[in-house]
This record gives sequence, structure tokens and C-alpha cells, in this order.
Amino acid sequence: MEELDVEPAITNIPAASDGKHLGFAWGPGDILAYETLYMAPGMCRHQHKPLSMFSHSCAKGSGCSFIHEVRKDEDIYSPILRKLFNESHHIFVGLQTIREDLPSKNKKTQFVSISKNYRSVIRACMEELQQVAASVLVLQVSILLAIELIWNLCEVLFIDAAPAGPLLLHLLDWVRLHKGDVDEKAREVLQSESPAEHHDYWDVVVSYVLQGRFEEARQMLVKQATLQPAARNMYKLMDTLLSKMPFYNPGGTQTLTEFDVKWRHWHEEVDRCLQDNSFASNQHLEIICKILVGDEDTLLEHKELLSTWYHFLVTRLLFCHPTVKPTELHYYAQSCMTMFLDLRSVPEPLDSILLAAFEFDIHQVIKDCSIALNNWWFVAHLTDLLDHCKLLQSHNLHFGSNLREFLLLEYASGLFTHHSLWQLAVDYFDNCPEFGHVYLELQIERVPLDTERKALKVLRICEQRQMSEQVRSICKIMAMRALRNNRLGSALSWSIRAKDAAFATLISERFLQDYCARGTFSDLDLIDNLGPAMLLSDRLTFLVKYREFHKLYEENRFSEAAKLLLSLITAKIAPRSFWMTLLTDALPLLEQKEVSHSAHCALHCGFGHDLCFSKHT
Amino acid sequence: MESVNAKYVSQKISKTRWRPVSHSSLQQPDIFATGSWDNEDNKISFWSIGNHGSSGMDEGFEGDPQLLCEHKHDGDVLDLQFLDQDRIVTTSSTGAVTIFRHHQNSQTISVSQRWPRVHRYPCDNAPCTGVVCSSPEIVTVGEDGKIIVFRADQEGVIRVIENADSSTIHAVTYLRTTEILTVNSIGQLKLWDLRQQSNSPSQILSLSGDRLPLHCVDRHPNQQHIVATGGQDGMLCVWDVRQGSTPFSLMEAHSAEMWEVHFHPTNPDHLFTCSEDGSLLHWETSTHSDMPSFLQGGRNNSMISRSAMAPAGGNQSLISTWLSGDSSKGRLETTHMLPSQTLSVNSLDVLGQCLVCGTDGEAIFVNRQVPV
Repeated sequence: MEELDVEPAITNIPAASDGKHLGFAWGPGDILAYETLYMAPGMCRHQHKPLSMFSHSCAKGSGCSFIHEVRKDEDIYSPILRKLFNESHHIFVGLQTIREDLPSKNKKTQFVSISKNYRSVIRACMEELQQVAASVLVLQVSILLAIELIWNLCEVLFIDAAPAGPLLLHLLDWVRLHKGDVDEKAREVLQSESPAEHHDYWDVVVSYVLQGRFEEARQMLVKQATLQPAARNMYKLMDTLLSKMPFYNPGGTQTLTEFDVKWRHWHEEVDRCLQDNSFASNQHLEIICKILVGDEDTLLEHKELLSTWYHFLVTRLLFCHPTVKPTELHYYAQSCMTMFLDLRSVPEPLDSILLAAFEFDIHQVIKDCSIALNNWWFVAHLTDLLDHCKLLQSHNLHFGSNLREFLLLEYASGLFTHHSLWQLAVDYFDNCPEFGHVYLELQIERVPLDTERKALKVLRICEQRQMSEQVRSICKIMAMRALRNNRLGSALSWSIRAKDAAFATLISERFLQDYCARGTFSDLDLIDNLGPAMLLSDRLTFLVKYREFHKLYEENRFSEAAKLLLSLITAKIAPRSFWMTLLTDALPLLEQKEVSHSAHCALHCGFGHDLCFSKHT
Repeated sequence: MESVNAKYVSQKISKTRWRPVSHSSLQQPDIFATGSWDNEDNKISFWSIGNHGSSGMDEGFEGDPQLLCEHKHDGDVLDLQFLDQDRIVTTSSTGAVTIFRHHQNSQTISVSQRWPRVHRYPCDNAPCTGVVCSSPEIVTVGEDGKIIVFRADQEGVIRVIENADSSTIHAVTYLRTTEILTVNSIGQLKLWDLRQQSNSPSQILSLSGDRLPLHCVDRHPNQQHIVATGGQDGMLCVWDVRQGSTPFSLMEAHSAEMWEVHFHPTNPDHLFTCSEDGSLLHWETSTHSDMPSFLQGGRNNSMISRSAMAPAGGNQSLISTWLSGDSSKGRLETTHMLPSQTLSVNSLDVLGQCLVCGTDGEAIFVNRQVPV
């Protein structure tokens, strides 16, 4: 076996008694554990009780009567997260139908919009969870936040794949989207009586500057400027600097080099202001000026406002290297992370995932996410989308399928363990070309069939995929159940669906047995109205025709009855046990005058023939 | 299709019904009930689409349906009908029939009456598959082939027709006040006269070809001899129960089981069907009659009048267009009402200009501007 990536997590089963040896069995999505009476050789001695007492309690049979179910994935049972699974299923199915022959530029816009759809679904779930505001859900909310953060970054770097120039703008959007508390604070400040004197005022201004939101920063500064008319020139200078910072315009005619030149020019101007001590008398403006020039130490002093190393990274790029190329990102990312985090603190899983993304190591991102999350949802959908963008090299795993298929199969198998979400899993299996069909065949037979309606839905799924074995087996189960409950019509309709002649024969035998026992037919509405379905099996045909014979006899249409009986005898589709009955039925006919002479003779011959036949068997 | 949005509700919807609005008012319906299936804990729920602006939304804003209240339900909800403004009858996969009361003031639901295990086999429960009611009478049918008649507010059952059918009865509807119609899984329609004491149907109709199961049935609101059914193969059949024992017209509708068929209650030239294949179709016939009746408002192939309130008599043509049996002459228009690629649409209901449907993708769709 290969070495493990991480140490396996330990789960405590609180209800199990201390020190007991547990037995277990694997299930499709969970483990069943139970306490055993097994005592390892050293166990009794470790009990701090006299040996006799221990064996005394053992003799009383103190085995626990509980079975514990240990589930890895709690998420599929959360009612709010269920919406995530259903909506993303809809998006997934839509994604699979994007035509291959579209030009790649159109496809890219489509992929980006699909990625945004996925993210909006995650956000909607998150908002709903936040509204519920229960303490247990705080963890789920933070997981969803992290997932959306990672997905957004993957969209920017991999799917949108912006080149140098727009790249920074997208990263700025990414950071702004995930740092919502700035707006909250700003609102608080602005709603106060004197915003410029609010204790958070400068924090808000600096936060705006750190995020590159200069318009808002300037508007805030105006409020301060009106309060300090003496320092008017200083504020005017700062305002000019902020307004003149160039931002790359992707739709414009300016090339990247031209932008770079302009930016350096501006940067020198800011530097000159700093050297001239233009802002020396106002420490806040001085700080802002140092930030604008990209001074790392000043940036690091505002760790609290930045709150994350990736915010620090984007801010630093904004003020030092706005024309950063995608391939250069990982140098800056690594150094920023080192600078920002304490030497003592261990990087969290989220940090290493983001770092792997900046290094454009898609496989590492997927791998780390698979380990960190307890549900395959995220990695399965993201990998599928990336695969459609042709970004995954065909990376064959040891078991033959590629990464995308492996993850989708794992996710769908997890869904199949859910009593309700199994229907979604079918579409996922459909889109796994190598093993999907086999997995579906194995799983679909395990869906419990409580009502006919559910059985019909499962059957439809099987029929649409030409899974004839499963169709036969499901119909047989339902037919047997109906037969046990004496619902012969239902049983027959199931065998008609499966085209199961053998079962139809079985049912017909039941009918005939009933007739022999009671002398009349039951369920006449069924037998009289079968139509072409009666041809499914010989026995069934015989049953219908036999009943028809009785009807004709009752209606006194003796010649037709005789003809029918004759054909029944000669066709030899009657079961052996019925021959005597048929012959007995023929007797009264022979006495009827209406029966034609030829029929008479034929019946006599038939009579004789069968009598001989039956004697020899 | 602008006014159709999915609302995801974390439960697979098996049935959805509008609360009836009084005939005299011109109001559009605003409350509907849903039942779930295939959950460990199934529920019935009441939802509001706020047509009266009661939830504080802007004028004309088409918001999502809001959940008013819900209640646990034992077993899958296999059928659901409104008994009156406040009470619904549900049938369960455990064979029970329950009446729930919706208390509008406190927005709570309570169990008003319950008949447990009325549909059963000798040693097991049988799912109760269909219900129809005309207050206070309730008629249910089940997989055990029984037809049972109840009265609301009366304990026990009024009448049981044992062994009414040797196969599963899938749906039931009233033909007249004393006659009901059932469909079963060997493709038969059976008429029952409840005034008579006999346990056999007064008439049996069936398809001439394969005996495929029929899943749903609905009667024309004005012309009581016209009945539409849908079955396993997705074919829409229209029958005339007075004449003959085979359907009058057969139309290919869906590629999988048709779960529900509904005539529009006030504009019966419109028919709605939904199916396992995930589609919901709106069928519209137009007449080419020579009758210059003002009731028709100049209907012809090109112009369809859109009066919000159809006259009570409905379309006065002597031969209903549904029985013309010819969909190829372009007199029948069909429109898909949902975005493609949804999972099975299990149920739909239409009232006035509002349509609601529920799917196996755990979504509810509400359309407030159905062109009828």
C-alpha cells in the first residue's frame, strides 16, 4: 500500500463503553460498529478491580445491545445543503451538454458563467445558513466560505486565465468580495454624527486604500479635509495622488508597456512626496503615502486590517507590481505568506491550497481539498469543470479511470447512500464513460422499493439505459410481492412489463388452481380484458381461451364453444393437470344437438386420443 | 417563460395543489399545498405566493413562494386534495388517509381526522394511491385494489368495495356526483355507480393495443362525458365514455410515464400534462366553428382571446375539439413550460392564470402568467 498523505483522523464513539473491543463492518457510506465481549490477554489486569469482581460482572452477560453507525459525510443530511446538491446537479447536467464544436473563445465565456453559477449557488446556501444562526452551523458556514474562496481563485487563475494586466484587477475583485467587513465598518462610521471623528475612521480609509478603492477613500478624506482647513493643501495633494493612480483598462487601446510606464511615473511622484516630507505633519496621511509607494513594513504594520496573507499579497502586487504575470505569482505568494504569518504558526490547509493554486498546481489543489473536506462535492464539480476547460492532463490513476471520473464516481456513490438523493447520482454515473454504467448497475438494485410508484421510476431509469437484467429482477421482485398479497392482476402487469413469460405462466397456474379449487374464475375483469397481452405465455393464452369457452357455453353458443374447446385440446397448450377437466367439459357438449356433426366426430377422436395419451403417462 | 423560477425546497415533491378560490371572486390563487415523498421524514407544507402583497413585497414583484407552515407526514404523500378552504386530505404509502386542518391565523397545521391502515393486504400495509373528494364525501383507491368511501367528520368508513380491481388502481376522479372513474395498471378505465350496491363496475373501457398501465385521469369541467388519461407510455388519450369502449383520440405526448393530466377548470380548451421525462406540456386547441357566438369572442386559428374569466358555459361547440382526434392538422398547439433537463415532474395544478408544479429535483416552479 502507498504511504499515507496524512495521519488518519480518530473518531470517538461516545456511547461505547471504555475499554471495550469494537467489531465493525463496512457499509456503502458508513461503518457499523458494535461492542464485543472479546478480551485481549492483558485487559483484565488493567482493570483496577479484583479479578473476581470483573469476571463476576462478565458472567452476567454485560454485553451492550447497541450498534453504532459511524458516518463520514453528515452534509448530505443537512436540509439546507441539500439545495446545493440539487442546484449544482442542474448546472452539472447543463455543462455536459455544451457542444464540443464551439470556438474556444465562446466556450471560455460559457465556462466562466457556469463557474459563476456554481459560486452563486454556494453563496445562496451560505446566506441561508447564516440566517438560521445556529451554533452548529458556524462550522458549515466557514467551510462554505473557504470553498467559495478557493473556487473563485481557481476561476480567476485557471478558467478565466487572465494575462498580466487584467490579472491584478481580477485578483482585486476576488479580495474585495471576500472581505465584507470593510463596508460594514464604513456604514457604521458614516452613520455616526461626526464621521471624521469616529475612532474607526482612519481604519476605514486605510482599508479602502489597501483594497484599491480610491474613489471611496477620497470621498472619506473629503470629510476630514473640511474639518482641518489649515491642512487643506496636504489633503488636496493626497487627493490628487489618489486620483491619478493609473489602473489598467483591458478594453482600452493602451498596451501593457504603456501602462507600465505611466504607472512608474506615478510611483516616482508618490515617492518624491514622501522624500519631500509633504505629509510629515499628519501621521495618517504619511502612512497612506507609504502604502501607496508599496512600503512592505507599513503594509505589515496593518496586519489586522489586511487579516489574511493573500490580501497582503494582492495589495503588495497592486502597489509594487501591477503588471504581474501569472507565472510570477507564486514567487510573490510564497514570500508574502512567509512575511505575513508568524514563524511559529503552522499553515492551515486553506493556506496551502491557495498557495498551490498560485503555483498553478491544479492537481495539488484538488488533492489537498479532497483531504481537507469530508464531502466529494467540491472537488468533483470543480474537477469536472476544469476537465471541460481541458486543463487537466490525462492523469491515469492506478485503477484505470482518470481523475475526473474517479471523483465523480466517489461523489455519486456517496449520493446513492442517501434515501432521496440517489436520483441525482444517476446523471453523474451517466457521465462517467468507463465505469459509470457498472457502478449504476450495482447500486440501482439496492434502492428499496416501498411503493409501486418508486419501482416504476427505478424501472424507467433502467430501461432508458438498456439494463435489462435489472429490469427483469425488479419486475420479478414486484411481481412476487404482488403474488404473495394475492394481487394477481398487478403481478401480471409486472410480468408483462418485463416480458417475463415464465412468470406469466406461474400466474396463470395460480388462476387455474383457483378455478379447480372453487369452480369459478376470480378476477374476471382481468382475464376478459387482457387483449394481446395474453400471448405472452402459452399458459396465459390457454387461461384466456378457456374462460372464453366458459363464456360461450353460458351464452348457449354451443357450436362455437365446441370449436374452441377442440382447438384447445388439439393445440396442446393445456397443462397436463387440466386434461381431465377439458375432457369433462367436452361431455355435455357432445349431448348438444347444435354441435355440428363434424365437430362431434372431431371431439370423439380428440377424446379418444387424449384418453389413450393420458393412460400412458 | 420569464415568470418561471425554480425554488429549491430540500424535499422531493410528489403532489402540489392550489387552494381553491371562491368562484365569485376574480382573485388569483395565492396559497398552495405540497406533499413530499422518499424522505425519512415526509412533510406536507403550505406555501404562499403573496398575490395580495401580504408579505410586504413591492407591487407586481414576482417573489419566490414563501413557506407558511409544515407538518410531519407518516409515509410518502401519494395524493393530496383540498377538501375545503382549510382542510386537505392526504393518502399515504402506509395505507392511511388523513385530514389536516390549516389554521390560517396561527399558521399551524393540525391533524383533524385520521383513518390508519384502511388500505392493506392481509399481512401488510398497501399504499393508498389516489383520492378525490367532494365535501364531505371522500373516495380513495389503493394498490390493494379497493375503493373506499368515507365521510369527513365521521369515524370509520362508509363503504368498501373489496377487490374492485385485481391490479393496482392508480387514480380516481368523479364523473358525476354519484359516479366515479378509476384507472388501473392493466390499462382499464372503470366506471362505478356508487348508488348501486354491487361490487362490480358499471362499465369498463380499455385501450385496444397493449394493456399499459394508466396513471392519471381527469374529466372535462363542462362536458362530463369527455375524459383524458395518461399512462406509462406517455400517450394522452381522450375518451368519450358514452360511446364505445376505446379512446376517441390518442396523442403522443411524452417519452416516459405521464403522471398528471389536468383540464383547465375555467378554460377547458387548455390541457396540462406532466411526466417522468421532466417536461410539462401545455396543450391548446382552437376551434374553427362557424357559430358566431359572442361567447367565442372571434376565436379562430390565428387569434386566441385571453379573457381572464371565461363564461360559465365554456365553449359551446357541439363537438368538443378534444375529440377531433387529429393533432396533425395544426389545430392543437403544444408548448413546453419548463426549462429542459429537469428531473421528473411529479405533479402540477392550474387555477386561473397560475400554474404550480413540483419535481424530483426538489424544486417547485410557479408560473403566474399562464396564457389561457
